[in-house]
Amino acid sequence: MEKKITSPLSEAEARALHCGDNVLISGVIYTGRDAAHKRLVDLLKEGKELPIDVKDAIIYYVGPAPAQPGQVIGSAGPTTSYRMDAYAPALLDLGLRGMIGKGKRSPEVIASMVKNKAVYFGAIGGAGALLAKCIKKAEVIAYDDLGAEAIRRLEVENLPAVVIIDSEGNNLYETGRQDYLSMGK
Amino acid sequence: MKEIRAEQITQVVRDLCIEANCHLPGDIKTAISQCRACEPFPIAQTVLGKIEENFTIADQDNVPICQDTGLACVFLEIGQDVHIEGNLKDAVDEGVRRGYTEGYLRKSCVGDPIERVNTKDNSPAVLYCDVIEGDQLKITVAPKGFGSENMSQIKMLKPSDGLQGVKDFILKVVEDAGPNPCPPIVVGVGIGGTFDKAALLAKKALMRPVDQRSEKPFYAELEQELLEKINGLGIGPQGFGGKTTALAVNIETLPTHIAGLPCAVNINCHVTRHKSAVL
Repeated sequence: MEKKITSPLSEAEARALHCGDNVLISGVIYTGRDAAHKRLVDLLKEGKELPIDVKDAIIYYVGPAPAQPGQVIGSAGPTTSYRMDAYAPALLDLGLRGMIGKGKRSPEVIASMVKNKAVYFGAIGGAGALLAKCIKKAEVIAYDDLGAEAIRRLEVENLPAVVIIDSEGNNLYETGRQDYLSMGK
Repeated sequence: MKEIRAEQITQVVRDLCIEANCHLPGDIKTAISQCRACEPFPIAQTVLGKIEENFTIADQDNVPICQDTGLACVFLEIGQDVHIEGNLKDAVDEGVRRGYTEGYLRKSCVGDPIERVNTKDNSPAVLYCDVIEGDQLKITVAPKGFGSENMSQIKMLKPSDGLQGVKDFILKVVEDAGPNPCPPIVVGVGIGGTFDKAALLAKKALMRPVDQRSEKPFYAELEQELLEKINGLGIGPQGFGGKTTALAVNIETLPTHIAGLPCAVNINCHVTRHKSAVL
């Protein structure tokens, strides 16, 4: 059974999500990956304002393919999240509520998520054609020069994801594997 | 002597870039479906179902299977009786440029690894040329995504590490990678040669169909044994747990030095793409 959630996501809504939950995400989310994260954190270091309001926001780690004529956006699956680990805690401290990506996170990111009550969602890596169908509107709002790596504002409807790490730090990459290995024992 | 014009090569590379990125090879599709049928873990079945749905959409809509349309790895097998009229490297790079631009594929190439400015057309190709007998030119385009490339490793083992050392290293690479390279993965292994050649062998191993075992019986058995061990790790599709961590282990080998046992493991995701044409 899937839980429907809407972004921006409040702290209370984030806390109600648990590791392993299947969710369908609707609402407004922002894209950002390596180069955009570096620029965001550089701005913070300089004490400047960010081009997006990260409070209660969800950032999707994705660099979409270009839209074909008639498409809102090209294929748009998640990229591997650990490359954003160096930058994520600074954004979580500003109230970032969710991240969508794939793959492991560092202990520092997980600790920051627990402190700030944030959620890490996994979308299916390599399923870019399927996931693009859930994106109803896409608009570049910062760093257009970065091409696929620009920050985009997306309006999504029922984007399927799984809660990998919840706001208490429970981690599906550990529990899922244990559950499988202990099956039938 | 057969004449092939550079422009012909450009056109074929262009078409192969688009074709490879939008249509998954049949052997990979079959392997994913077979694994789904034998997968006992519910969340893993669901994930494999979504993966099937995804490559079906890509087929029908002619869109990239994955947004990471990769660095364009291009392998040429050039018959020694072929003469190419024009600049071969430029012809291949122009094919990549056209394929990635006209095919609405993502441009994922930066011109310098430290400066990191995007080349905006995904050129240049990562180009390999082998000279073979005959008067044909075989062109293979294998776009390589970096989620899985980043999880690849090489180790210069000692001869005393032997077969056990090779097995342990391959399993360690898959374990270290965990959920990061988008399992189910294809594991390309190169053993022997030199440092560089082992890595190239591992990459070439990824282009062998996943339903085709090594021609050498010893390595065919080793491939099977390692696949079973990897699928016993429990990582599962996307790392959510399950049986289906890998679709295949493909091993290629070469003679090596008396002092060495190079072993390279090149990981590919379930979007293991490659498409060939012969001129």
